[in-house]
This record gives sequence, structure tokens and C-alpha cells, in this order.
Amino acid sequence: MGDHQMSNVLIFCEHKDGKLKTASLPAITWGREVAKHTGGQVYGVLMGPGAAAAAADAARFLSKAVTVEDGGLEKYLAETYATALSKAVKDLGVSHLGATSTNLAKDLFPRASALIGAGMISEVIGVKGPKAFIRPTNAGNALGVVEVLTPVVVATVRQTEFAPAEALPAAGGVESASAGPLSTLGAEYLGVKLSESSRPDLSEAKVVVSGGRGMKNGENFKVLEELTDLFGGALGATRAACDAGYVPNDLQVGQTGKVVAPDLYIAVGISGAIQHLAGMKGSKVIVAVNKDEEAPIFQVADYGLVSTWEAAMPEIIAGVKKAKG
Amino acid sequence: MKVLVTAKRVPDPEQKVKIKDSQVDVSGMNWVVNPFDEYAVETALRLCEVVKGGKAERFGEVVVLSIGPQDETTKEIRSCLAMGADRAIHVVADDANLDSWVVAQVVKKIYEEEKPDLLLMGKQAVDGDSNQAGQIVAGLLGLAQACFAAHIESFPDKKELVVTREVDGGVELKKVPLPSVVTVDLRIVSPKAIKNNQTEDSYEYGDGPRYASLKGIMKAKKKPIDVKKLGDLGVDTGIRVKHTTFNPPPERAGGVRVKDVAELLDKLQNEAKVL
Ligand SMILES: Cc1cc2nc3c(=O)[nH]c(=O)nc-3n(C[C@H](O)[C@H](O)[C@H](O)COP(=O)(O)OP(=O)(O)OC[C@H]3O[C@@H](n4cnc5c(N)ncnc54)[C@H](O)[C@@H]3O)c2cc1C
Ligand SMILES: Nc1ncnc2c1ncn2[C@@H]1O[C@H](COP(=O)(O)O)[C@@H](O)[C@H]1O
Repeated sequence: MGDHQMSNVLIFCEHKDGKLKTASLPAITWGREVAKHTGGQVYGVLMGPGAAAAAADAARFLSKAVTVEDGGLEKYLAETYATALSKAVKDLGVSHLGATSTNLAKDLFPRASALIGAGMISEVIGVKGPKAFIRPTNAGNALGVVEVLTPVVVATVRQTEFAPAEALPAAGGVESASAGPLSTLGAEYLGVKLSESSRPDLSEAKVVVSGGRGMKNGENFKVLEELTDLFGGALGATRAACDAGYVPNDLQVGQTGKVVAPDLYIAVGISGAIQHLAGMKGSKVIVAVNKDEEAPIFQVADYGLVSTWEAAMPEIIAGVKKAKG
Repeated sequence: MKVLVTAKRVPDPEQKVKIKDSQVDVSGMNWVVNPFDEYAVETALRLCEVVKGGKAERFGEVVVLSIGPQDETTKEIRSCLAMGADRAIHVVADDANLDSWVVAQVVKKIYEEEKPDLLLMGKQAVDGDSNQAGQIVAGLLGLAQACFAAHIESFPDKKELVVTREVDGGVELKKVPLPSVVTVDLRIVSPKAIKNNQTEDSYEYGDGPRYASLKGIMKAKKKPIDVKKLGDLGVDTGIRVKHTTFNPPPERAGGVRVKDVAELLDKLQNEAKVL
């Protein structure tokens, strides 16, 4: 039994309102690719309040959904979650632990990998073998083949590089597990300020309209919002636009922000710095509007329009409105 | 307050990355302090100084730790010292023998020797793009962590920090006791990102990390750098993750310039079929 069990994959599944978050589906796809190499099964673990309620939804994609609820997991803290997660990995005897590379996973996984004593790979974009993966380095300008040398592999997975998993013909079972002893180590969650948005998640949107410093102020982003909403897309921005306070910081696309790969990316007033390109180069079609014909963004744009946005946007919006009927 | 700050030497991210013989070719590259670590040094300095009437006075100690090759790393260490850090520790190691795990082992060891009140790190080294070392050290040391910090408040009379962290969809507030591990994100160098409750509230820093003054550069030449060998530290030096080969990413096929909005809309509709 031992060997067989050792080859199973565990996916850390984020959940909300009794449902698996769609952001976790690409990680499950990664898990299935790994399991093809190891011959194992793909399990999921759901932690914290509401885990049990969301387990049935998650189990549609998994051989088994394990829930861990505990008073000590009421609010997300890396300190408690990493302890409970590493216990789940050990108790289930899995050989791989994965999650979609959300900010939460970026905070949690390296800590969990330390407790497990496993090597970790960040931002996996491809599977070469049970312990060999592809990941981007240097702002996406090099793709490295990486081998993990420890018995257990921990990985975060780039959401845009794996398709969302489809449900299995038959849902897996649901089990609960104990979190074990937990300590906050003195850390305390004090609250969150989430930016209100009715738009789709940046990493999942089919169309992303992004603005840069060239938009000059937050008020001017209204034009981009109008275009965004015509497409039912998501709004993005550069670091410069976020830092200047034109838009909230979580809209930042790039090496150190969100990585997006929509069908259509429209970059307005964006110069195209390496760090920004790292977050959007994988888009299917890229449109750039910039008044400077030398702007590097034009080197990656499929369609480049040299113009101020003030001159171009009203006509673009009118045209899209017409096309969308 | 004593702060231990980590700083990695990385190829200047503004240069084009070349791949030669399936490896990232770093020959002839310019090297700089990893931007996030430069931000961490700035953060440490802001936490450890009182600015009143435009004059800054230090009340804490800022110690820089860098792990990198023998001679090459000195320039980057000196530039942290020139910003205002007090002294440095240089652990000599080749980049090829390092991964986030080994880095974390070294940082843990130096942390135990130095016993700082705070371990400040960048969130990510922009060459390897791993975003792991801080969280790993915190796990190994059994310390609380506050990662991706955009704002930090410290208190003269309380051993704790209130950290605003960048999270999915917004920001989170987290309190951590001292000592603990904080990793910094981009916004930590905005003018009012650090509140130490000693510098007057109305004071605004410049945007971004400070430049070294000429005086700072001169002073840095005399500041001590304690050089240690990786092999002498008595820590696990076995990497757990090995980058074997590198390839360039697929090139995007060159696009076209459209002459006006009408042509753009036509292309989007009839060629790209995204409209
Ligand atoms: C460690 C680190 C990490 C970073 N991570 C990221 C990241 O994740 N994401 C990111 O985006 N950046 C990141 N950056 C910042 C990056 O280097 C650039 O500074 C930033 O992307 C520039 O933003 P921008 O294009 O909006 O501004 P600028 O470079 O100032 O470009 C503005 C553009 O607008 C054009 N423009 C001006 N007026 C008009 C007009 N009226 N109409 C049309 N066009 C106009 C100009 O021609 C110019 O090309 C990072 C930097 C560092 C050091
Ligand atoms: N060689 C190194 N020397 C000093 N600090 C390092 C080194 N490598 C990584 N770090 C620190 O760890 C952080 C995260 O690195 P990484 O996990 O490699 O992305 C960096 O921002 C640095 O603060």
C-alpha cells in the first residue's frame, strides 16, 4: 500500500460560500498531469470555516476531498494554516502538494514546504515528469526546467497555464481530518479591505483592459472601465498607475502583480516595461494604444495604434458598442 | 530596534536576458541589489530613524546579510551600507549552489547569531522569481510572518508591528509580535508607508528608496563587512530544487501598426475575431 499511497497528489483548494473557487481548478489540472506520471490519485484539501460545506462541490473534481475545520483556523493565518496543511500532507502520505499561485498560496506554501521538509517550485507552467517542471524566471525571459530533489514536491501553479479542470464522471468521497495542535505564534488577523468589484477576476477574464501612467489620473480610468464593461472583462493597470493611486493596487499586472492571459489584452498609456510584459505577454491578442511610437509595448502588440488615448478611446468605445449591438 | 535585512545581488533586471548553452548567460551583465531588498533596506532605515524638522536621527541598528560570490558581492553590499545600514555580513557562496532552502538555512543561522528584533526581507529575488525564502525562514524559526508588506506601523513601547499586506483582491491588516519575519512588496517605499510613531506624522519620504549621498558612500567604505564561508556555518547546504536547463520563451510574432481606429476595429473583428 505504502508505495502506491506515496504517489498521490494533494491540491490545496480555496473555497468561498460553499463552493470551490474556480481559481483552484487549474491546480487540479496540474495535479492530474502529475498523477499521470505517478499513477496516483488527485485529492483535495479544504481548510477553515465553510470547508465542509464546500467539500461536495470540490469533490466533483477530486478522488477525495478532505476537510480540515478547527477553531484555530477561523481566520487565515500562515502560521496556523501551514501547520495544519503540513499535517494533512504527512497524514495522507501524498508525494505532491499543489495550489494555484494566488497571493494566499504564495504566503502559505513556502512556509508549509519548510515544515514538510520538501523542496518547492513556484509558478509552475508545465509538467516534464513526476519531479521535473517548467517555470519562468527573470520576469518570464527564461523558462527553466526544474527538478525537485526531495521525496515530497510542493508547487504553486500559474493559473493561466493550465486549463480549468472538468468535473469527473463520478464525484469522490468527502472526509474530515483534524488540524492537530495549532499556534498563531502571536500573530493576529486584524481585518481586510477588499476593493469592491463586480467584474470578473483578472486572472480569469477573457478580456483585460489595462491603463498606465499615460492615463494621468484615476478619473480618466472611467473611459477604460466603460470599454472593460462592454466586453464584460476585467480592469488592469501598471505599477505606475497603482502607485500613483489611480486604481487599487490589486489591479497591477506584471512580474510581481497578477499574471493574465486573456483572449484580448488592451494596453492604454502603457510603455511596456519588462516587468509589465511579464504579466501579459501570454495574452492571445494584444492591442496597444500609446502616443509614443517608440514605446516597447508595440514590440509585443499584435495591433498597435500610435495615438493619444484621448483621441482614440471615444471612437474605439463607439465601435465596440456598435459591434456588440 | 535591531533589524537584520537580507540583500541579494542580481543581474540588473532592465537588461535583456540572454540564454547560452541552455543557461542564463550572466557574462557582461550589470549587477544591482535586488530591488525588493533595496526596498527592505529603505524600510529598515525608516523604522530605525526619527525625522524631526527635516533631520534624521538613528536609534536602531541595521545589519545587512548577503549571500553571494566572493568579490563580486562587495559592491552591492557597499551600496546598502551607503544608504545607511550600519554593517554587513557576507556569506560567500556561488549562486549555483543556492536555492531558497539553502538561503533560508543561512539566514536562519545568522538570525540566531545576531538575535535581531526583526528580520526584513524582499518578497522575491527578481532573477529567480521564487518568492519563498522569507516564508521558509519564518517556518524554520517558528516565527510569525507578515509577507508582501505595503505599510508597517511600529511602536516605541510595544514589541509588535501592524502590517498591511497585499492580498488577493485588496489588503489585509496583520499584527505580528517581535521578533518576526516581514517581507516587503512594492508599495513599502511610498512616502507614508512606514509609521514608527517617532518620526513626526506630517513627514513624507520621497517616493522610492533613498539615494546614497556622497558622504554616505564615503562612510560605507569604512563600515565593517564580516565575511563568512557557507561551508563554515554548519548548516544544511544541500539544495532541494535544481534548475537544470533554460530556454528562451516563445517569441511573439511581430504585430502590425494600424493607421487609425477604423482599421483597428476592422482587424479585431475580421482578423483576430475577438469583437
Ligand atoms: C521590482 C520591480 C517590480 C515591478 N513590477 C511591476 C509589475 O508587476 N507590473 C508593472 O506594470 N510594473 C512593474 N514595475 C514597474 C515597471 O518597471 C514600470 O515602471 C511600469 O510598468 C511603468 O508603468 P507605465 O507603463 O504605466 O508608465 P510609463 O513607463 O511612464 O509609461 C507611460 C506611457 O504612457 C504613454 N502616454 C502618455 N500620455 C499618453 C496619452 N495621452 N495617450 C496615450 N499614451 C500616453 C507614454 O508614451 C508612455 O509610454 C516593477 C518595477 C520594479 C523595480
Ligand atoms: N543570495 C541571497 N542573499 C541574501 N538574501 C537573499 C538571497 N537570496 C534570496 N534572498 C532574500 O530572500 C528574498 C526572497 O528570495 P527568493 O525566495 O529567492 O525569491 C529576497 O528578496 C532576499 O531578501
